[in-house]
Amino acid sequence: MTHASETGGATTRRGQTHFVAPVDETPLQAVDALNTDVKPRSLWSQAWRDLRRNPMFIISAVLIAVVVAVAALPQLFSDLDPYAPGACQLSNSYGDPSPGHPFGFDQQGCDVYSRVIYGARPSVIVGVVTTLGVFLLGGLIGALAGWFGGWIDAILSRVTDVFFAIPLILAAIVVGQLFALNALTLAMILVLFGWTAIARIARGSVMSVMNSEFITASKALGASSSQNLFRHVVPNAVAPVIVTAMVNLGMYIVLEATLSFLGVGLPESTISWGADISNAQTGLYTRPELLFYPSGALAITILSFIMLGDAVRDALDPKTKKR
Amino acid sequence: MAWYVLRRVLQMIPVFFGATFLVYFLVFSMPGDPIAALGGNKPLSPAVQDRLRAEYNLDEPFIVQYLLYLQGLAQGDFGTTFAGRPVIDDIRRAFPVTARLALVAIVFEAVFGIIAGVISGLRKGTWIDSTLLVTSILVIAVPTFVIGFVAQFVFGVKLGLVTINVGANVTWMNLLLPGMVLGAVSFAYVLRLTRTQITETMTADHVRTATAKGLSRPRVITVHILRNSLIPVVTFLGVDLGQLMGGAIVTEGIFNIPGLGFNLFDAIQRGESTKMVSMVTLLVIIFIISNLLIDLLYALLDPRIRYDARK
Repeated sequence: MTHASETGGATTRRGQTHFVAPVDETPLQAVDALNTDVKPRSLWSQAWRDLRRNPMFIISAVLIAVVVAVAALPQLFSDLDPYAPGACQLSNSYGDPSPGHPFGFDQQGCDVYSRVIYGARPSVIVGVVTTLGVFLLGGLIGALAGWFGGWIDAILSRVTDVFFAIPLILAAIVVGQLFALNALTLAMILVLFGWTAIARIARGSVMSVMNSEFITASKALGASSSQNLFRHVVPNAVAPVIVTAMVNLGMYIVLEATLSFLGVGLPESTISWGADISNAQTGLYTRPELLFYPSGALAITILSFIMLGDAVRDALDPKTKKR
Repeated sequence: MAWYVLRRVLQMIPVFFGATFLVYFLVFSMPGDPIAALGGNKPLSPAVQDRLRAEYNLDEPFIVQYLLYLQGLAQGDFGTTFAGRPVIDDIRRAFPVTARLALVAIVFEAVFGIIAGVISGLRKGTWIDSTLLVTSILVIAVPTFVIGFVAQFVFGVKLGLVTINVGANVTWMNLLLPGMVLGAVSFAYVLRLTRTQITETMTADHVRTATAKGLSRPRVITVHILRNSLIPVVTFLGVDLGQLMGGAIVTEGIFNIPGLGFNLFDAIQRGESTKMVSMVTLLVIIFIISNLLIDLLYALLDPRIRYDARK
């Protein structure tokens, strides 16, 4: 603007001819023109493209696929059924590995390998169901608080604080005494007391998206608030919520194992890694390898979920993206 | 600032009542009749049972019980166990033990976590960074109780360096290993958090300016990178302090340390409702207060954050 007024204004001196700049420059529209034939890639398709090239994602996805397969169909991975009557023979107590029993026997004479295989199911159920539950419940409460603001936000935030103030493990122990626990009820209890961290992140995420300019633009263009919510706010705010929920999945599996270890988790009739680790403790000084098998399986499972969460976060976060 | 403190303290009040009510409700809806269980194999006469119920306010409606409990709490009375001992006696014995254990854990995770995180962040992509990262993921993936057993086995049984059964000898020396086990997972989180923050701050404009104007590298690192990177780490440590006290259940169980977690677990298994409620309430209070302090510390650490009620 100022430039134009200086050159094109009344600055011509006497005796000089008026200079007019040539106008054969590239028109601005051509510079700014977008190639509209190319389909724009969404955050999600970009993330998926990044993920497929990330070796960490591939390794963790394969590991998780194996763990989930073991949890769903343990009979494919072990010929022995540790739940069958007479599966444990005391005469085999602390027996050494032998053909068909690659990990040997524990104190009760149970085959360790088949117990490790069958112990995957409760861990996977608790981990996956709890994660889905906290994602839905925490995401919903956090999103409502962030979307409506005002007194709804104030009330929901205080409720979140109340549940956040009670340590999850204590709540799980106390509430666990009220019900006959199985993997599903335990997951429900963890959801009931574990949704708060997700709710806080969802609230913050929704609020920051709502403050961004493209929401203002969409409002100005006359989009209704439900259109805004489902088309713009939810898809843009959901990424950090998903990532946190995935990284926390391992924590829920540890929690299930901890409760079983303390003897207040799943009933003794359920084979679970936590309970087996607890049982291995009695023979720790003579047979330390018995501790290794269930805790190794537990660690690999948790590790692969953490790695998956990390990979997804890197793919979704443009700030940490490698160029 | 004064407005902010006042608002935060006022917000604490509903949270305190909500959390204690929830805890009270959960504990007192637990199955089993503790009074009937007192007599063991020889049931107490109905008259004695009624008198005991009245003594513990168990004959009142639930909401009255809760209010009476709060009234006692306001006068510093944490209630009486069903064995007739004031709960405050147990707390007085157990609290210093757990506080000491949590302190060891926090110092361990803060010092080693931050140092390792800074090294890792400053040397991103080198072998030392990868080693530290892999270590941190492994520590997160292996549950605390497994780490505890292995530490007991290696340092206690094989090497004979530490006592594996702490019992009544709660010296700092004996709490060293349990504290490190308790803080192990958080150590890994502190490491990862510090590393992320350092790598983000290192590319910030103000750091480039500081380097460009000729400041020495140590000064750039300590004043310009560290101070800005550590704010989220401090927040994490504050929240963690509140959670460590509750999370000590496992560690105290493994090493046989008579702290809050140990007592609490014992109370849960015996159905000692009053003791349970009082100890959880104490943990909740500690948690709420440490969260408040961290929020206020924020303002001191980050000059950009100004708490003003007027917008």
